[in-house]
Amino acid sequence: MNQEDLSDKIRQLTGVNITECYQCGKCTAGCPVAERMDLRPSVIMRMLQSGDAASEEEVLRSNSIWLCLTCETCYSRCPMELDIPKVFDYLREKSYAEGKVNSQAADIVTFHKSFLNAVERNGRLHEMSLILDYKIHSGNFFQDVMLAPEMYSKGKLHLLPERIKDKKGFARLFKDQFKKRKS
Amino acid sequence: MKIGFYPGCSLTGASREYNESLLAIAKEAGIELCEITDWNCCGATAAHNLNKELSLSLPARNLALAELEEMDELVVPCAACFNRLIMTQHELDENKEIKIQIEEKLQMPLNNRIKILNVLQFIEQHIVSHLNTLIKKQLNFDVACYYGCLLVRPQKVMKSERFEDPMSMDVIMQKLGANPIDWPFKTECCGAGFSVSKPKIVGELSGKIVRDAVNRGAKAIVVACPMCHSNLDMRRPAIEAYLDMKVDIPVIYITQAIALALGLTPRQAGINRHFVPVNLPVNS
Repeated sequence: MNQEDLSDKIRQLTGVNITECYQCGKCTAGCPVAERMDLRPSVIMRMLQSGDAASEEEVLRSNSIWLCLTCETCYSRCPMELDIPKVFDYLREKSYAEGKVNSQAADIVTFHKSFLNAVERNGRLHEMSLILDYKIHSGNFFQDVMLAPEMYSKGKLHLLPERIKDKKGFARLFKDQFKKRKS
Repeated sequence: MKIGFYPGCSLTGASREYNESLLAIAKEAGIELCEITDWNCCGATAAHNLNKELSLSLPARNLALAELEEMDELVVPCAACFNRLIMTQHELDENKEIKIQIEEKLQMPLNNRIKILNVLQFIEQHIVSHLNTLIKKQLNFDVACYYGCLLVRPQKVMKSERFEDPMSMDVIMQKLGANPIDWPFKTECCGAGFSVSKPKIVGELSGKIVRDAVNRGAKAIVVACPMCHSNLDMRRPAIEAYLDMKVDIPVIYITQAIALALGLTPRQAGINRHFVPVNLPVNS
């Protein structure tokens, strides 16, 4: 893909014109997780500007896009008002759909998917189902085992989920949403 | 005017004290909050990370249901839900094509005109005017007002003028007799949705926030977001591991602070549900 193609595509899908980034670095400077990232936000913007297929591939396979907390600090400080978190949402969705999730981000992505599984099941989040689904899929069986009894004793955990009534209408929202995923 | 209420999932579970204290102060002020019938999860971080359509259709269903019930305003106490609902309203306003697509999926029309309020806006607009007559006790101590990310950013949509140094919670706490400290961590991120998947990052980010509040003499951290609360309160062991010291500063919701000032019991304010014990000098 050439330079114009990728920038245009991102603009079409997110409304963000990444060619306006002039590499001031304020996004990276303010990012609370930048020091843990393999590619920092301003670097990702530059790599996307290049339009180079190999760069795009590297970004999609990076740990950074998943470490982003969507705190929106980068967006709030960008002198060009570029909505970087929205670009990252686009990159995450694409990375996930194409099976390119960085192995170091596996826990984060597993948690997101477990969360959506739990929501799809009942319409509302049932914390116990979420944690069980996450433990099964992440293999982190023993994490936080001591937390659940204390949460329960403080009235913070329900044994049974709350369910919404319009199951059919709600199921429609999830229909075909994760079909395209490769792996 | 009909004021709608979207509790969101946290308020029915891990943050039920936020729900209890909010409903208790609304009752004291004589305000009826009408919960949206059959509301669903907003999709939170998970939806917008993995699937754009779900990140819009899940919040939009709630907005459409609120319209069906003819609500004029919608109070959304969870900062994360508030962010998702108002961002969806904004996105569907800006992009008519997506709006039509979402309406088709919902099989419900969406006017998209409902006024969405976060808890600070709700308190400012509906509770503050009652405070003079309702306050029975003074919260006579230093507090650190912690706003986090989602109440102030993105400032374009949130219309927050002071997005690096917001003051609305500070002003409310002053009215309760408290002294809000001046500190630089008001809008730093606590680690948000990494509570389960990356608790170490939460320990570090939240640890820096808690440490600064303690160093500046705050006796409590006041929050308006269930994620901030659970990271600063329930994740205290991860924070203490990062800071390598014991930290006993309590974390309370703004609604709990108001409930205590209105003379409600700690139990009515849900104070007993916290992990870090709350013992604050509330004077009559």
